[in-house]
Amino acid sequence: MSSQIFEQPIAFSFSADTLVSAKTHISKYPEGRQASAVMPLLDLAQRQSGGWLPRAAIDYVADFLDMPRIRAYEVATFYTMFNLEPVGKYHVQVCTNLPCWLRGSERIVETVKRNIGVEVGGTSEDALFTLSEMECLGACVNAPMMQVNDDYYEDLDETSTEHILAELRRDNKPKTGSQVRRQTCEPIGGLSSLLDDVGK
Amino acid sequence: MLKDKDRIFTNLYGHHDPFLVGAKARGDWDGTKEILGKGREWVIESVKASGLRGRGGAGFSTGLKWSFMPKESDGRPHYLVVNADEGEPGTCKDREILRHDPHKLIEGCLIASFAIGANAAYIYVRGEYYRETESLQRAIDEAYQAGLIGKNASGTGYDFDCYVHRGMGSYICGEETALIESLEGKKGQPRLKPPFPANSGLYGCPSTVNNVESLAVTPTILRRGAEWFAGMGRANNTGTKLFNISGHVEQPCTVEEEMSIPLKELIEKHAGGVRGGWDNLLAIIPGGASVPCLPKGICDSVLMDFDSLREQKSGLGTAAIMVMDKSTDIVAAIARLSAFYKHESCGQCTPCREGTGWMSRMMQRMVAGRASVEEIDLLEQVTRQVEGHTICALGDAAAWPVQGLIRHFRPELVSRIEQAKKNAVA
Repeated sequence: MSSQIFEQPIAFSFSADTLVSAKTHISKYPEGRQASAVMPLLDLAQRQSGGWLPRAAIDYVADFLDMPRIRAYEVATFYTMFNLEPVGKYHVQVCTNLPCWLRGSERIVETVKRNIGVEVGGTSEDALFTLSEMECLGACVNAPMMQVNDDYYEDLDETSTEHILAELRRDNKPKTGSQVRRQTCEPIGGLSSLLDDVGK
Repeated sequence: MLKDKDRIFTNLYGHHDPFLVGAKARGDWDGTKEILGKGREWVIESVKASGLRGRGGAGFSTGLKWSFMPKESDGRPHYLVVNADEGEPGTCKDREILRHDPHKLIEGCLIASFAIGANAAYIYVRGEYYRETESLQRAIDEAYQAGLIGKNASGTGYDFDCYVHRGMGSYICGEETALIESLEGKKGQPRLKPPFPANSGLYGCPSTVNNVESLAVTPTILRRGAEWFAGMGRANNTGTKLFNISGHVEQPCTVEEEMSIPLKELIEKHAGGVRGGWDNLLAIIPGGASVPCLPKGICDSVLMDFDSLREQKSGLGTAAIMVMDKSTDIVAAIARLSAFYKHESCGQCTPCREGTGWMSRMMQRMVAGRASVEEIDLLEQVTRQVEGHTICALGDAAAWPVQGLIRHFRPELVSRIEQAKKNAVA
């Protein structure tokens, strides 16, 4: 992992907006089972903290849900989507599992490395990008692919990867999903089924 | 080939409106009240008669699973838990249901909940499917607003609530008891069974965990009749199925086809064939990363169903087909999967925690040929010591790909070792 030095904020509390979302999540679970909301609340805390989960935020969520802090630490350290260190504004996560690997994910990783100037696990000097290698992200027929924050970019090659990173650098919103002429998971050469439109 | 009129997922590619207006036009929520009006027993018996086997990988009869739930509540509520934690490498079928046909799932949740006496369902979606979760939530909100779910759902007098819970990145949470633990706000470590979820699941209450696809097909089965569904595929392997075809094919895609379709036909009809032609095929993993690979000779004639693939010592799993042509370094491919299982082992059981690391490290050496020929048998032995010796099936899932490699590609492993020896001498 990176050996970056970073500071842990001393305190954390939910903003007014986050508080509303937190209460909505808690209301999904039966009374007395509010610990079920620990994952969604940690996610909210992470979003409010700019993409990572400071220790103070974990403590805050545990106290908020009236659960032992150690249980919240267990959760925060178990699930890979919780970042316990700061990440760049854009967290570039390239899938390298088998279906993506078969279709050239190594080239995508290399392209991102070269483009943002860091190794896997690193954050660019301008704090704009962090690069991670991911296990299967579940978009295998659109391989190779990567996730940046909440969005998937699929059917990548070197050129489209460079383009996406350039757009993000300019604070534009690149087109999400497939980067080739193809709608979602249909065969690229044209439909082989569902030809008579909507069948009832 | 399956006719379009027999396809269930008519918005698979998202060419049409995924939400309520579009869903109703495709036939969803049609006569839901009448279906529930026929009673719990009728629903369960019909699903049993359709032959539907769970679409999440294990292939257990969905109707039978529902029948295991207590008929009367002992005071504890019942729960339906939906496994949308799609993470088996190669698998991306439930994603299309969540974002393109969410109402099929929600209606299926209502029907299944009714059948098992549950008034609430939790849909556990993998955290990375953020946009898919947005679609699903929007569809749930619509269904509440239209009175299809909620109090007196669809005018049936039955109350039903449907909630989405996002995972946060953990393959093991696709295991049903790990998923329940996670839903309770803990790390996702599988529970010992028994007790089975039907007796003691979510919050210690009777629960049924079903895969997204299994639930999404049930409303259509009940509308069109169990015989219709049972009339497709072979006996004991009935119905239609979503297949994900990835890897070295001309046109990777997801497609709904009839069960028991020959693997070769499936790839040639829908995925544009193997890159460079069928003769350029090396091997296929037919059911997600956990099932053993099959060499071309078997792929020539094998049928895509539970029984046919099991006869070949592989499995249908999630029906995620990963195609590898002759350019593939098959040892490196399986080593990649071993690395995956090492990463995803929850660490609870020693054979899996230590074994996945062992297998992964040995596989790394096998890739380079830095091993002795005897170590191939040692590796095989290690897989047998992991398989069947753990609380959940992750240990088995880690063992099987390696076993498949040794079973079908031992000469490749041997020649690599011999080549490495020659290189060392020279």
